[in-house]
Amino acid sequence: MGDNDTYISLNNVSKHFGLVVAVDHINIAISGGEFFSLLGASGCGKTTLLRMIAGLESPTTGEIYIDNAPMSQVPPHHRPTNMVFQNYAIFPHLNVRANIAYGLRKDNLDKAEANRRVEEALEMVKLPGFGERRANELSGGQRQRVALARALIKRPKVLLLDEPLGALDKKLREEMQLELRTLQQSVGITFIFVTHDQEEAMTLSDRIAVMSQGKVLQVASPKELYNHPVSVEVADFIGQMNFLDASVIDLKDGQAVLDTAGLGRIKARASAEFIQKGANIVVAIRPEKLTLSKARGADRQNAVQGVMKTATYLGDRSHFYVSVEGCEKPLAVAAPEVETSVSESADRDSPVWLSWADEAMILLPRD
Amino acid sequence: MNDVAYIQRPNRPLHIYALLYLAFLYIPVLFLPLFSFNDAIYIAFPLKGFTTKWYASMLNNEPMFAALMNSIKVGSATAVFATILGIFGAKAVTRYRLPGQKPVVFMIMLPLVIPGIILGVALLILVSRLGITLSLYTVTLGHILITVPFAMATLIPRFVGFDKSMEEASADLGENAWWTFWRVTFPMVFPGVVASLLLCFTISFDEFIMAFFLTGTDPTLPIFIWSQLRFPIKLPGVLALGAVILVVSFVVVFFSQWLQRRGVKEVSGTGF
Repeated sequence: MGDNDTYISLNNVSKHFGLVVAVDHINIAISGGEFFSLLGASGCGKTTLLRMIAGLESPTTGEIYIDNAPMSQVPPHHRPTNMVFQNYAIFPHLNVRANIAYGLRKDNLDKAEANRRVEEALEMVKLPGFGERRANELSGGQRQRVALARALIKRPKVLLLDEPLGALDKKLREEMQLELRTLQQSVGITFIFVTHDQEEAMTLSDRIAVMSQGKVLQVASPKELYNHPVSVEVADFIGQMNFLDASVIDLKDGQAVLDTAGLGRIKARASAEFIQKGANIVVAIRPEKLTLSKARGADRQNAVQGVMKTATYLGDRSHFYVSVEGCEKPLAVAAPEVETSVSESADRDSPVWLSWADEAMILLPRD
Repeated sequence: MNDVAYIQRPNRPLHIYALLYLAFLYIPVLFLPLFSFNDAIYIAFPLKGFTTKWYASMLNNEPMFAALMNSIKVGSATAVFATILGIFGAKAVTRYRLPGQKPVVFMIMLPLVIPGIILGVALLILVSRLGITLSLYTVTLGHILITVPFAMATLIPRFVGFDKSMEEASADLGENAWWTFWRVTFPMVFPGVVASLLLCFTISFDEFIMAFFLTGTDPTLPIFIWSQLRFPIKLPGVLALGAVILVVSFVVVFFSQWLQRRGVKEVSGTGF
């Protein structure tokens, strides 16, 4: 459980459903007040993990601690967590007010105080005056807000959110992302957020756990994940990435000489343990770290010639695909729209040059 | 070519068939109220004249009233117990993964297809072997056995129709299983509960075979009516009673169906 900031810790948590291993020996420590995301494709075990924290599933092995207390014997109705369900689970037989006040029964508040808390919660999720609406009179976004208010009125230590924005359209989703982030910062509660949308996770989170097949691949801040992924799988999941197979020919003073498919012999800084002489590795470069030009630039040492294949105009930026001899797939290049000189060279099948800085190369172990 | 879709084209022979079918089904039943207003002991055409005296005599027929009360008691007890068992059963079947679930459900549903006479004889043997005196209690027991499948069949769709995350949300918001049941589960399945109560009551109320085997000295209404058939003079009174029961049953069944449908619409109308 380590440092003092840790509020929730998952120690070696696994969950088996029959022969299926949904969650496989996971260790995560989450700090108080953190916005923490569990990110992964569907079926990676992220929802199961969330449900175990809520107490709706019990771990097959391992233990979950919240505020240093082991949770395995604590039923969901006694945990300091509240959840926003994926389908919101708004009670259809109750109106909005009764839905939000649902969890207050045991607090024995007098009626005026309970009403005040409900009004406050409605205010917080920007639904004032909606108290008397029936559940089936609400839109998707409104249901989401009611679910949020219903969970937050309990003043939980931890709010669990299971893909709460998944059912909303793109515009509303982006609006709600901003609101969620603002809300989390104002209430100071720990949020654990499950999503399969990497952009959403990047926008919202302090830290992200990238999950795949029941395992955690990497836990890091969005920036760290983007710039220093630890594996090909993570790098592939977060944003777009060009992968090039390479082998280490020589290693001297933290400088590796690599024989890279398509790029030939290049030098790169090497500090990681897996980089050994003779090892097969992968060189990864983000599309926006590649610079496209008609002639070879003199300022950069790393450059390769290729042939323009496809150009896609996206408004604020353009995407190009350049095929390089020896590379399996064309390399993706992203350039801001302003660089008009680049667009001029975007004729199909015309020769172009790609160049990049040393820092642009990320060395990863081959899976 | 006319502009109606192929499937909607009128089909004259089918219409005639449907009319004949309905006539065959309901005209005999309609003789009951018809002859109950006929001023004659014998059930035969031509009708003799209009009278309400059979209804009047029904009001003074004490054994008939006793039998009616017996049936209402048995029916109510049957409805309540069968529905409670049905709620437990439906919740278990729809909410939990149980070992041997399918065979168990099959066994619960089996009384639907076992002939009543076999069940009746079997229960009679069991009850007399155990030395239990036949009474309204034994009739109730038999009726619970045959109505539980109906209660289950009415309630399972209600449980299937609402997401179990509702119950999880309740637990998450601090309610234990008991309060979750009363604050979420029961209100959500309530229309099904009412439908089940009405259905089980109706089935018990006019059930004859089980009652025939298991009744002691207090007859239920169907048994009483059957015993009256031997006396021609009492027959018109029975017809009057039959007519009343017919109307009441129709209203009750119609109401329960209406409730059931309204409930389903409400739940599905919320977008789940």
